[in-house]
Amino acid sequence: MAEERVVLITGSRKGIGKHLAQTYAKRGFKVEGCSRGDAGWEAENYTHANVDVADERAVKLWISGISRKHQRIDVVINNAAIATMNHVLLTPAATANRMFEVNVTGTMLVCRDAAKVMMRKKHGRIINFTTIVAPIALAGEAIYAASKSAVVTLTRILAFELGQWGITCNSFGATPILTDMIKGVPQAKVDAVVNTLAIKRLGTYEDCTNVCDFFIAPGSDNITGQVLYLGGIS
Amino acid sequence: MVEKQAVLDIISAALKETLDQQGLPPPASITEDTVLVGKDATLDSLGVVSLIVEVEQALEQQHQVAVTLASDKAMSAKNSPFRTVGVLAEHVLETIKEEEEAARG
Repeated sequence: MAEERVVLITGSRKGIGKHLAQTYAKRGFKVEGCSRGDAGWEAENYTHANVDVADERAVKLWISGISRKHQRIDVVINNAAIATMNHVLLTPAATANRMFEVNVTGTMLVCRDAAKVMMRKKHGRIINFTTIVAPIALAGEAIYAASKSAVVTLTRILAFELGQWGITCNSFGATPILTDMIKGVPQAKVDAVVNTLAIKRLGTYEDCTNVCDFFIAPGSDNITGQVLYLGGIS
Repeated sequence: MVEKQAVLDIISAALKETLDQQGLPPPASITEDTVLVGKDATLDSLGVVSLIVEVEQALEQQHQVAVTLASDKAMSAKNSPFRTVGVLAEHVLETIKEEEEAARG
């Protein structure tokens, strides 16, 4: 029997993270998810932990526990993020700092500690979520977009730092999906973004699964340091 | 409680493993004075990265201890806590102690 592959997904309580966690658990992967609170849902093959990804010690202990339990980590999907849509002139420093802590430092911490486990097997796949609002320079999302641009750069450099251990690192920016994260965005603004796309539709959870499947496919072991945006954005 | 000799054994094994991964022969002997970084170092910068991760992972597997050896304090210290096998062993023991204290809250 083949060894069971272990997938870490951050921000798995709801939205895209929950969908990916449920999808991979259903396919037989051992899925380890986290969020700042209880998941509020259960599934076979799924284990949840209450972890703030910006908390270095909490991340260390979470990944240490997973390493002891499974002795391996095959895939990391860094989905956890926070977004506050504000005009830059109305953005407090504390809001900006917290966004960078979660979106950038949090992503880095999970990559760092998971990569240490992946190195043992000389294999691993890291997928870091970014956003199309960075390349389209969407007004009202300056700090969120800046933090996600940082994630793209982080990922590109991680690809070079971790490639020698067979670990690929890529980032992925979906088109807008109607999750809690954008529920506060006016419909007219969402429509305006969709109208800038080559394929004029909202994103779906299945779009995200499709891209993750591509990055973790056995044949994708030479796909690294890339950023993949949907909807014609580049 | 992790004893110093156990830590020295882990560092020694990790050093041999790291050198082996780099296609380099092990040193004739590994003592507490074996230099890891800086002038006359046994390892290059990438080798140090591998060594630190090997040691962390071995502590985890053999002693169920989860520590981050490259802490803010370690990386900003005037004298590198990674410079010799003996200094690294002391740093490992100190880090484990700090982690145990943090766990007790």
